[in-house]
Amino acid sequence: MVVHSLRLQDLIEEIRGAKTQAQEREVIQKECAQIRASFRDGDPLQRHRQLAKLLYVHMLGYPAHFGQMECLKLIASPRFTDKRVGYLGAMLLLDERHDSHLLITNSIKNDLSQGNQPVQGLALCTLSTMGSAEMCRDLAPEVEKLLLQPSPYVRKKAILTAVHMIRKDPELSGIFLPPCTKLLRERHHGIQLGTVTLITELCERNPAALRHFRKVVPQLVQILRTLVTTGYSTEHSISGVSDPFLQVQILRLLRILGRNHEESSETMNDLLAQVATNTDTSRNAGNAVLLETVLTIMAIHSAAGLRVLAVNILGRFLLNNDKNIRYVALTSLLQLVQSDHSAVQRHRSTVVECLQETDASLSRRALELSLALVNSSNVRAMMQELQAFLESCPPDLRADCASGILLAAERFAPSKRWHIDTILHVLTTAGAHVRDDAVANLTQLIGEAEELHTYSVRRLYSALAEDISQQPLVQVAAWCIGEYGDLLLEGNCEETEPFQVEEEDVLALLEKVLQSHMSLPATRGYAITALMKLSTRLRGDNNRIRQVVSIYGSCVDLELQQRAVEYNTLFQKYDHMRAAILEKMPLVERGDPHVKEGGKEKQTEAQPLEVTAPAPTEPQATKLLDLLDLLGDTSEPLSSGHAQHLPPQTPSPGEALIHLLDLPCTPPPPAPIPSVRVFEREGLQLDLSFMRPLETPALLLVTATTTNSSKEDVTHFVCQAAVPKSFQLQLQAPSGNTIPAQGGLPITQVFRILNPNQAPLRLKLRLTYNHSGQPVQEIFEVDNLPVETWQ
Amino acid sequence: MQFMLLFSRQGKLRLQKWYVPLSDKEKKKITRELVQTVLARKPKMCSFLEWRDLKIVYKRYASLYFCCAIEDQDNELITLEIIHRYVELLDKYFGSVCELDIIFNFEKAYFILDEFLLGGEVQETSKKNVLKAIEQADLLQEDAKEAETPRSVLEEIGLT
Repeated sequence: MVVHSLRLQDLIEEIRGAKTQAQEREVIQKECAQIRASFRDGDPLQRHRQLAKLLYVHMLGYPAHFGQMECLKLIASPRFTDKRVGYLGAMLLLDERHDSHLLITNSIKNDLSQGNQPVQGLALCTLSTMGSAEMCRDLAPEVEKLLLQPSPYVRKKAILTAVHMIRKDPELSGIFLPPCTKLLRERHHGIQLGTVTLITELCERNPAALRHFRKVVPQLVQILRTLVTTGYSTEHSISGVSDPFLQVQILRLLRILGRNHEESSETMNDLLAQVATNTDTSRNAGNAVLLETVLTIMAIHSAAGLRVLAVNILGRFLLNNDKNIRYVALTSLLQLVQSDHSAVQRHRSTVVECLQETDASLSRRALELSLALVNSSNVRAMMQELQAFLESCPPDLRADCASGILLAAERFAPSKRWHIDTILHVLTTAGAHVRDDAVANLTQLIGEAEELHTYSVRRLYSALAEDISQQPLVQVAAWCIGEYGDLLLEGNCEETEPFQVEEEDVLALLEKVLQSHMSLPATRGYAITALMKLSTRLRGDNNRIRQVVSIYGSCVDLELQQRAVEYNTLFQKYDHMRAAILEKMPLVERGDPHVKEGGKEKQTEAQPLEVTAPAPTEPQATKLLDLLDLLGDTSEPLSSGHAQHLPPQTPSPGEALIHLLDLPCTPPPPAPIPSVRVFEREGLQLDLSFMRPLETPALLLVTATTTNSSKEDVTHFVCQAAVPKSFQLQLQAPSGNTIPAQGGLPITQVFRILNPNQAPLRLKLRLTYNHSGQPVQEIFEVDNLPVETWQ
Repeated sequence: MQFMLLFSRQGKLRLQKWYVPLSDKEKKKITRELVQTVLARKPKMCSFLEWRDLKIVYKRYASLYFCCAIEDQDNELITLEIIHRYVELLDKYFGSVCELDIIFNFEKAYFILDEFLLGGEVQETSKKNVLKAIEQADLLQEDAKEAETPRSVLEEIGLT
């Protein structure tokens, strides 16, 4: 009984005639049912036709897994037609994880050993497409035999199957390495091509193979020379270029063999020059050979002149009308720019022109290469080009372009002024695409350039007045106005166009930033901190600032609320400290990464209650006054005054009672006062010892001894002290200001403290010194003074 | 080469050849993604693009896109020649090949490709040799077909 079903052509026609997706599905479902029925009937004569239809259905995306076993049956069939379709189906429907591994391995084995040449070809093709590692190990001996097969048709396929096998199981290299030298002597292009491919694969995976095949370099050179010099055969040429496929593959192998090997490189140098010089560049085939030649020249130890020739070839590629040629030129030059910078530099203007490519693939490459070509001598011109590009480039390149410009400016800035201008331009042009670190970088850069503070703050003020939407710009501008707002009002800067700014205008602008819906929370933080700083920089009254800060004390944004509450407290309770706390940021030493990092943190965080170090040139009296202020309310010795960092030391009622009970007794003889260690950090220790002279009971002599057990010297050491106002303090000169490392000679200093009222002693110390190249300042109240120091 | 796809301007897949093991699901995903990406590119753009850790080389001939995925070290320009050679082979075999030839004879398109590339590598650089191999295989298949005919005729008569 003949099953009535559509022929393949008819099925395709019917499917293509379907008007809708649903109709197509209906046709396919019906036909698949027929195909399944036919498979169940098991008619061998119909099987290959049904499978062919199923493969077409599979191409359209419909399930075809039920045909997998039919592929195996067809492969096992003795008829060539069945095998042809069966193997095709296996390649399309099976993958290497399929459970039929054993069955198909046996069929392929039989076909490899007993089949005719077309059948052997089908088996090798399937094996090299979907053979698993297990299949490859099982069938490697069969493939090895076929490498000796007289027919070039089978041999070339066996060679490339060996390539696949080595990729699956590198240990099979041992089987396929020996025949290569002999195969390389064949004249058949397909065999030569396959052998070169196989050797390439062997060398890339195995250093021993690489060393082994270095001795065939002369042979490879000869094959390539023959291709390049003798009259070409029409059979293998493309546009007058002799077998470009074979040329490219040989060139690639030569690259691998010549890398890091002087002798091999020397052997191929002349030939590479010949190929580079003589290959026709008018068609793609020739350019493909040239591209591979260039890559090989650059990868091996080639002569300097040859390398320049290679770069110049790429330079000509840049001028080619074909955008594909320009693309590979840009990508190749990008690989070379590190090793052959000066040669690539000669093509800089052409590279820059490629920025204007409308194809994003090319302009992206041109951007990367342009950025790589920036150096200290061309930075001005290149940045001009790149900044012009930044204004016109597609959105998806803006972030990369902006970041690249900022990095290049960081490395090669000819002057601080130029650097500031460049960053400002980037922030105003593509601010939304700038990464956060640009803000920290620019604030640090401006901070360091004292001579440019007036210029910077005026430029940033103008930019901010123009546009408050670009957040990185707004953040830098707010920071700068907060720091140097006084220069905005009184500074005179010839570089910027003159304009008059009123205090009200500045405050209004920052308030606008604070209220704008476009401002990020971080930006608002910058703005409110700037307002606080201006409260110590502007001459007018601070009521407006106080009001704004007060409003944000109930802000929904917790970070902003916390700042506002702290700032309010600063106004209300610690107004006498506001000027010191909001002083200008200290300079951070550039060049020390650790200090630099710390400096950045300081600049980006606003910590209103943190005490900042005054300038070192400040007079001694002011220092002492600052220290005294830090003790806060000191007029009542027994009250619980506000201590900055430590809980108050309030005597308990029990102690007072005990004290009263002592009154009738005879005073005991004075006991020695114990010494105490009051400070220790990173090997630096400070000890206090006490003595009360008999003739002056109200006088306490305190000796401060500072020792250094660390591995680094402590230098520029200064110790200052403060006591409540009811005491009198006199600091005598220290014995020195340097404590050598590892237990060197300590510094001693005597404090004379007069306590006529026998009030409880409170002692605050400030230490400043340099340690491990870092300036350190420690301010603290001594919390472990023995009671004998005042009783 | 890791895989080759042929698809129409409407995104219909006409041929898929995979040289690396991938699940059906992964193949469909890749196909959909690349068809979409390539069709979105404008004609004036170059034929190369980066995709995952591979390079995609594609070229349009009439209504068909030929799209290949190659490794980072591979030469993009020679890959264009591979595509072009394959088109020439199809053209010689079918005579002024068009998309319909590929659709109605898709298995032949596979056979031709398999005589030109093996395991993703070029195996034969002579057009003549490739076409000769296909013709010989076709002849073998025709011989088998002729042997089938008598049985079929007899079956139709009902003499089986």
